[in-house]
Amino acid sequence: MSELTTSPTAGTAAQPRRAGRLSRIVSSISLLRESPVGMIGAFLVLFWVTLAVLAPVLPLFDPLAQSPGFLLKPILTPAKAGGTHWLGTDELGRDVLSRLIWGSRLVLVWATLATTVAYAVGMIMGVVGGYRGGWWDEIISFFGNVLLSFPLMVLYIVIISRFGPASEFGQYLSRDLGFDPVLTAGVIIIVAVTFGTAPQVARIVRGLVLDLKTRDYIAAAEVRGETPWYIMLVELLPNARGPLIVDACLRLGYVTITIALLGYLSLGLPPPFPDWGKMISGAQKFGSFGMNAMLWPAFAISSLVLGLNLLADGIREISLRD
Amino acid sequence: MTVSDNARPLDQPVLECRNLSISYYTRAGEVPAVVDFNLTVMPGEAVGIVGESGCGKSTVALAIMQYMGKNGAITGGQILFNGRDMTTMSEEELRNIRGSRIAMVYQEPMASLNPSMRIKDQLMEVPMVHEGSTSEAAWKRSIEMLDAVRVPDPERIMNSYPHQLSGGQQQRVVIAMALLSNPQLLLLDEPTTALDVTVEAGVVELIKDISKRFGTSMIYISHNLGLILETCHKIAVMYSGQAVEFGSVSQVFDHMRHPYTRGLFNSIPLPGTDRHARPLVPIRGQLPLPYERPPGCTFGPRCDHFVAGRCNRPPIPMEAVIDDPGHAVRCVRYREIDWSVKPTGAIEQQAITFGEPVLEVRNMKKYYEIRDSSLAGMLSGKGSRFVKANEKLDFDAREAETVAIVGESGCGKSTFAKVLMGLEESTGGEVLLHGKEIGHLPVRKRSPQLIGSLQIVFQNPFETLNPSHSVGSQIARVLKKYGVAQSRSEVQEKVFQLLDLVKLPRAFAFRKPRQLSGGQKQRIGIARAFGGDAAVVVADEPVSALDVSVQAAVTGLLTDIQRQKRTTLIFISHDLSVVRYLADRVVVMYLGRIMEQGTTEQIFSPPYHPYTEALLSAVPIADTAVRKKHIVLKGELPSPMNPPSGCPFQTRCPRKIGAICETELPPVKELAPGHKILCHLPDDVLRAMEPVIAMGNSKERAA
Repeated sequence: MSELTTSPTAGTAAQPRRAGRLSRIVSSISLLRESPVGMIGAFLVLFWVTLAVLAPVLPLFDPLAQSPGFLLKPILTPAKAGGTHWLGTDELGRDVLSRLIWGSRLVLVWATLATTVAYAVGMIMGVVGGYRGGWWDEIISFFGNVLLSFPLMVLYIVIISRFGPASEFGQYLSRDLGFDPVLTAGVIIIVAVTFGTAPQVARIVRGLVLDLKTRDYIAAAEVRGETPWYIMLVELLPNARGPLIVDACLRLGYVTITIALLGYLSLGLPPPFPDWGKMISGAQKFGSFGMNAMLWPAFAISSLVLGLNLLADGIREISLRD
Repeated sequence: MTVSDNARPLDQPVLECRNLSISYYTRAGEVPAVVDFNLTVMPGEAVGIVGESGCGKSTVALAIMQYMGKNGAITGGQILFNGRDMTTMSEEELRNIRGSRIAMVYQEPMASLNPSMRIKDQLMEVPMVHEGSTSEAAWKRSIEMLDAVRVPDPERIMNSYPHQLSGGQQQRVVIAMALLSNPQLLLLDEPTTALDVTVEAGVVELIKDISKRFGTSMIYISHNLGLILETCHKIAVMYSGQAVEFGSVSQVFDHMRHPYTRGLFNSIPLPGTDRHARPLVPIRGQLPLPYERPPGCTFGPRCDHFVAGRCNRPPIPMEAVIDDPGHAVRCVRYREIDWSVKPTGAIEQQAITFGEPVLEVRNMKKYYEIRDSSLAGMLSGKGSRFVKANEKLDFDAREAETVAIVGESGCGKSTFAKVLMGLEESTGGEVLLHGKEIGHLPVRKRSPQLIGSLQIVFQNPFETLNPSHSVGSQIARVLKKYGVAQSRSEVQEKVFQLLDLVKLPRAFAFRKPRQLSGGQKQRIGIARAFGGDAAVVVADEPVSALDVSVQAAVTGLLTDIQRQKRTTLIFISHDLSVVRYLADRVVVMYLGRIMEQGTTEQIFSPPYHPYTEALLSAVPIADTAVRKKHIVLKGELPSPMNPPSGCPFQTRCPRKIGAICETELPPVKELAPGHKILCHLPDDVLRAMEPVIAMGNSKERAA
């Protein structure tokens, strides 16, 4: 490996230094070039990430600005106030392109947050169950199995309709305690996704840990009197990262779908925020007239999810090659 | 058994590899695994291929089977089987040869048998598929063959599943399966490496017999020169993808003409070596990676006889040795080297003097409780039983002394290490470190100083380091944990000092474990163990997973550090040759009990415990001058769950004297000061035993 700046002969008084972390990350990412499928996936994901990041500086219409009487226009319609509605307008006369791009911001942020939280919870559950074993494992596995035995959508609907912004509890939070309704909705989505996803992550982590914990370096850590938390977090989890990175990519795709679906069912972020799922359900009511305003967000969802799936495939393909 | 109907002309080779070259295609490009390999196997002949890991010996076997996977290919040369080139055969023809004319036995018997099929189905399939036999005939043949490979009670074995057999029985079944098709050529790839020593001895005896009984030619692949000596007629020594020496066993063992072969022999602990007076000579440097091989002689950079301009100028062909027909060597300077000169590099050292006892084990017991949760168990009230993993262990270890604990799997040696390290609590008795009881002190209750003074070196170098963290940070963690160093710069400096101690470059601190070779990893494991100024270091088979030339360097390193720091070493091993070389005192264990203990001298010479005698006879020794007594134990190791009554060894003991062995536990007899034997044999019988290992005529290498 050419990651060392010092040669192995520097043995005597010379104090060797290590190579920069950045260069090592770049070199491992550049491996992805060997997988065409992975490259396509990475391109799709990066496409949406770039648009989301650049949304505030792009010359876009206000995504919330309605234009009465200028509804459900086809693509390339010139706008009333000058400029062009490149992808047409929706059922309230809002610019579809602008809503699509601002919507990508929303979905990427909340999907990533939800997946991260679900992963953190799932990894802790899995590593504790796998490493500690015994009653810990019994209780954690039982709890996870109970959650997994619900149909996921039903679980989400129950949680969000009971605790979401429209529920009594949500009303109490936003009206009496003054919480931001968007934040409340986002947090409740994260909680719902965590309930549905964490047990699945925990299962994968538990399986990996059951294998990893038989290694000598774990025995070495036990022999030097490390605490269980140190062993679980520092010695075990980093070695499970390979399969978990692949799984996290896939999982992020599922969560994207989930958030879009919740938006479609009006259980997502409250209007008028440009949620992809909400955009579809809004335009859908108008049948074939709404086709244009409906197809673009649908296309956006599938391209982002496809990108994440292909990226996961690519990473897996590379990690299996020697 | 009848010899196959095919006429087999005795003067025509069964297999011939001509200038064979094999490459693998990986991310790094084409990697030549084997280059210009020549081998001839005559009918009924056994040829050994010996070499260290990565030398290409297994690749040769896979190429002969034409079974190299997607990324491997033969890039040059021919493989002639009965005079026909296998590289040009169709898939159909190859399928007819594989498994019926050429059979292969792998290292892991459990991986070769289908766990969901009964043995009978797997065995009978062979004659039924290859010869179209009826099931009655196939049954008969299978029973005969199981009998021939000396499996007890073949009918019962036939109706068993693989997991119901012991490792030795499984490997015998695999060999029977390979022989059932009456192959002309049998490939054995490390067939006994996964087995215990006494079980290995039985399988080796069987393999030796195969070519005699069935006229089968064999290729025996091994890293163990002693096993090759016991089983083969001819031997090819491989290094870095090339055969470097080829000849009959006596030619190569007694008149070796390649510096690598000599280096190999100098780095294995043969009788007569001594870690102080005649230490082993490791081969310096490292095996070159396949894509970094030096031009010309691949051994050049590690060779003491290297001459620039000649040795590094390709090609270096295989040459016939003058005046020694059948002996060939790949060395341009073999005629100029004085082969009688003792190797340089071995530095004689003063023997270590021992101090006061550091570790005292008194009547230590460790029982594991097994709960019987079945209905019958609950009804009978016998809800639980005990497995006696350690029973009445009693021995001392002094300062700067090396005490070896020897035994086969299930003897309780690892359990003892766990109790010592505080991973398990002892059930009874005492374990005293510097006079303080630690047997009941789990590791969480031990002080950092105590943990630091009692350390362990693990067996498997590939698992001993966490692959996610740099080598330096793993050593640093130990230092902080034991309170040896606190500030960042202090820790850094101490890490560098420890790397110096194990003779590795300081830059290794920033490497990840995957960038290190097996031997280097084991050195890091040693550095970590000595990080906290350890008084006692347990070494659990620290060299058994390493190549022989690296083993010598690691044992040498352990001895050096021990001399410098006066550490007590508890050396756990099953390999008696290494024990003889490294240990000052030996404890022989069997099924949780100490059968014999004494100084190394006392253990390796009579009187013996019958088990020690069998163990000594089972160890393959790579020296043609050594004459060994031939003792092959019958039966398999009993399960520690269900130990025999009376003497634990009575079920396999060749010297059993009668009912007393089955009913009464033998007394501990002290035959000489410190030499204790647990046996019913009368003293005069014990004293009249003959040595198991005797040196024969002196020969060239001993000079």
